[in-house]
Amino acid sequence: MENNHLTFSDFLSYVSRNSGMLWEYFVQHITMVVIGLGLAVVVGVPLGILCSKNKWAAKVILFITNILQVVPSLAMLVVLMLWLGLGMKTVMVGLFLYSLNPITRNTYVGLKQVDPSYLESGKGIGMSPLQLLVKVRFPLSLTYIMSGLRIAAVIAIGVVTIAPLVGGGGLGREIYAGLNTNNPLRIFAGAIPAAMLAIVADIVLGILQRKLDLSKRKSSAAAQAPAKIQNIG
Amino acid sequence: MIVLEHVNKLYDNGFHALKDINLEFKKGEITVLIGPSGCGKSTTMKLINALNTPSSGKVLIDGKDISGLNPVELRRNIGYVIQSVGLFPHMNISKNVGVVPRLKKWDQDKIEQKVNELLDMVGLDHTIYGNRYPSELSGGQQQRVGVIRALAADPDIILMDEPFSALDPISRESLQDELIRLQQDLHKTIIFVTHDMDEAIKIADTIVLMKDGVVVQTGRPDAILRHPANEFVRSFIGSKRLQNENESTYEIPLVDEVMITNPVTTFPNRGLAEAIKVMEMKRVDSLLIVDRNRQLQGVVSIYRVLDQYGEEGKTVADVMHPVRYSVASGSTLPQAIEIMDSHQLSNLPVIDSNNRFLGLITRGSVVKHLAEVYPTITHPLRNGEDE
Repeated sequence: MENNHLTFSDFLSYVSRNSGMLWEYFVQHITMVVIGLGLAVVVGVPLGILCSKNKWAAKVILFITNILQVVPSLAMLVVLMLWLGLGMKTVMVGLFLYSLNPITRNTYVGLKQVDPSYLESGKGIGMSPLQLLVKVRFPLSLTYIMSGLRIAAVIAIGVVTIAPLVGGGGLGREIYAGLNTNNPLRIFAGAIPAAMLAIVADIVLGILQRKLDLSKRKSSAAAQAPAKIQNIG
Repeated sequence: MIVLEHVNKLYDNGFHALKDINLEFKKGEITVLIGPSGCGKSTTMKLINALNTPSSGKVLIDGKDISGLNPVELRRNIGYVIQSVGLFPHMNISKNVGVVPRLKKWDQDKIEQKVNELLDMVGLDHTIYGNRYPSELSGGQQQRVGVIRALAADPDIILMDEPFSALDPISRESLQDELIRLQQDLHKTIIFVTHDMDEAIKIADTIVLMKDGVVVQTGRPDAILRHPANEFVRSFIGSKRLQNENESTYEIPLVDEVMITNPVTTFPNRGLAEAIKVMEMKRVDSLLIVDRNRQLQGVVSIYRVLDQYGEEGKTVADVMHPVRYSVASGSTLPQAIEIMDSHQLSNLPVIDSNNRFLGLITRGSVVKHLAEVYPTITHPLRNGEDE
């Protein structure tokens, strides 16, 4: 490569000169990920619930979503393109299909791992099956669902960088532009934010995942004063 | 009143879990279902709130066949306590206690009032514990909450499935006492499943003994102890307990009867020289340190005091050891002796529910008590007769 004497300041000046365009790509990138994931949650969580209710449904649904995820991302997007045409829509549908498996599977596993004693106790005190789901099973599986979302988000942020190949936007466009013009600055300007986005999403969703582990929930007051104190004075 | 009429339970795999059960659970009584594991006692109990349905036969509550009722509605009117507590970990204590009233769509104010009242009733200050989560409570406290959750919607019937069996012996005893105390005010119809005969004898109005899906004997605890129906009942009760019962009305003494009520104590701010003077005067080798609120702070021995005697500024509070073992007022003497024996203690303080120091069990006080209770044992020895 001819430009191997490029410095960090060259990079910064490139980024600042093109900040408007990069920002637009960045927003497109996030939009596609959020919409794709959103669809996957809207569809995947109910599918997970269905799986937990019926063993056969679980087998079929998990089999299909698993296949969807095993298909190489490029192949999936290209096939979808034949059907939906070029554009963002194709990318978002691809992301949706791709994220379905982790979210459905984790919802299913989360609902299944709830301690049977909570279910017995909920049933025994007179909760209907729906109330049991909404008030007991679902809250206690949130951390699993969140973990599925986290896996899906990190994958989606990666996959979406190939969006330009099927006519989508996002940071991938900058990366491909860099490749085509043999300009490392443009490659970095696309790749670094995309990588950062994946890392930040992983960390933030990881924190959320731990916060939502309600099975060991603690009150905020307990950290401060033990109840014993009243006995001494 | 709850009546089971010719109830059979057959599982698909051919297992005949219940065989022609006919039972009556009297209103306002504690009926204990007891038997070895797999005898069908839990299965029988779960017939009442329709967690289990009979293959044949009827379950009647106040004359109404429950198979005609909506099971969800039925369960909301029957309290339910399970062994593993089953408090929802994602709800705080108030929410847990109020869960059935919320299902029944009570008024928010009414729920809150009821929850606070119940928490205070079992000694859990609602201002402190209401906002805590189950994982922050001890096993005993959690099961207290489990019990009052069953009481929250004021049901007439409460089912308890081995509720105390996972607790340590001391919490178990105190929860049993608490249940008896609550029942004196509440007069609920309680069906209590256990495999522990001591527990059954302690709390039951009526005991139902089961084996292999059949009711073996039903009756008052006293009647079962005096007239076991057959060899199985005899062996289940245990020969020791039968003997005790036959030997008339021997009562197990409580620690409160045995303890010394005026042991030598001192305040934490006393100096070491003072401590020695007190020990000398009272002829003891150690002192209990008790503060102004009668809270037991620690214990100090003569060796410890002499060891540190050189340092003039020190008080007994500086050299004392914490008291590691104590026993609650109302415990039985055998419990105290067991603690003393297993931890090699020469004495054991007795404290009340507010941690106030009441007295001291010493080896001397135990011997003295036994001598008073068993004058006939010492008598022949005094006469030099050998048995």
